[in-house]
Amino acid sequence: MNIFELTILLAMGSFVAGLLGALTGLGGGVVLVPLLTIFFKVDIRYAIGASLVSVIATSSGAAAAYVKEGFSNIRIGMFLEIATTIGALCGAFLATIISTKALSIIFGLVLVYSAYLSRKPRPPDQRNMPPDRLATRLKMNGSFPSEEGIRHYNVQSVPTGFSLMFGAGALSGLLGIGSGAVKVLAMDQAMKIPFKVSTTTSNFMIGVTAAASAGVYLGRGYIDPGLAMPVMLGVLGGSLLGVRILLKAETKVLRIVFSIVILTLGAQMLYKGVTGNI
Amino acid sequence: MAKAGWTDQQIENVIGNLLRTGVGLSAAVVFAGAIVYLIRHGTSLPDYRVFHGEPADFRSLPGIIHSAFTGHGRGIIQLGLVLLVATPVARVAFSIWGFAEEHDHMYTVFTLIVLVILLYSLLGSGWAF
Repeated sequence: MNIFELTILLAMGSFVAGLLGALTGLGGGVVLVPLLTIFFKVDIRYAIGASLVSVIATSSGAAAAYVKEGFSNIRIGMFLEIATTIGALCGAFLATIISTKALSIIFGLVLVYSAYLSRKPRPPDQRNMPPDRLATRLKMNGSFPSEEGIRHYNVQSVPTGFSLMFGAGALSGLLGIGSGAVKVLAMDQAMKIPFKVSTTTSNFMIGVTAAASAGVYLGRGYIDPGLAMPVMLGVLGGSLLGVRILLKAETKVLRIVFSIVILTLGAQMLYKGVTGNI
Repeated sequence: MAKAGWTDQQIENVIGNLLRTGVGLSAAVVFAGAIVYLIRHGTSLPDYRVFHGEPADFRSLPGIIHSAFTGHGRGIIQLGLVLLVATPVARVAFSIWGFAEEHDHMYTVFTLIVLVILLYSLLGSGWAF
């Protein structure tokens, strides 16, 4: 297989990953690294580098739309980005010293956990929470347009959310993923921010988090232009199409299928890491 | 709030446009680089199985710029990727200005902290020089 053929295959695979990631809301980044390492036999460090840049592309592309619609809360995002960027820096430095086997095992665990999270029924939004002192001081409480009109919300447990965000940033820097699942967990479950606001604010933060580790990756030579090019263009194209058809598509079955794919890839990453075949 | 001050909504609109422009521009540059790269190297054999690390030309900003402006496909792609990384950084920089316009000192400082961390990552890891 020559470079031209490989580029076309990579672009098609990434397009599908981006499309499914956008349609299911699980993000395409999480399947890119296993796709590249398992099927294309790419070294995991090149795979992480290529995945990271495509995460910036999809996040910024989608965030542009959400910010204008008034769902994402810029203040919550900005404050929590302090935690995610510091975490991302730590994660990126860690990635350059730990073994590729360990990277593969951690990746496998994250995939299995993401598959579990995506199947777990989500408890309904807790409404009318009392204002929290710290959140009020930080001016985080906000409102967003919902079906029943403008809905206000009061943010809770800022320290817990902040700590979880550090973890999300570290995983993002370590594995070259957006770690949107952990970000949403921190905002939706810990801080009691409405789901729609959590997901869009998370998306908004992913690009900045990834940019914090991109400098480290570029400097260490993890970002290969020949590999990152089809991956970035493919994922971007796929996710833009996904966002566009999202409103019409029935995604329930798709979510089940995609979470099985994620689970399978996670098991394979674990197996490869444990057997040292990476 | 100043009379000519910006509202959150206006700032959000500018941020939205900024992100869209950055991603669009970067994708266009990467695509242009891809054409040059594939015409020249499309029939060569790829080697991503073993990690070598990128050569200095693709690891530092001066190297990337030099490589791009001498017409190397991979240099042009890498320049596009640098534009992509710069997009969220520009968003953060703009937000500092936006919060300052709103006279929101607390968030001006928070955003400044994020920008310092980003610049530390980009400049401190040595790739910019």
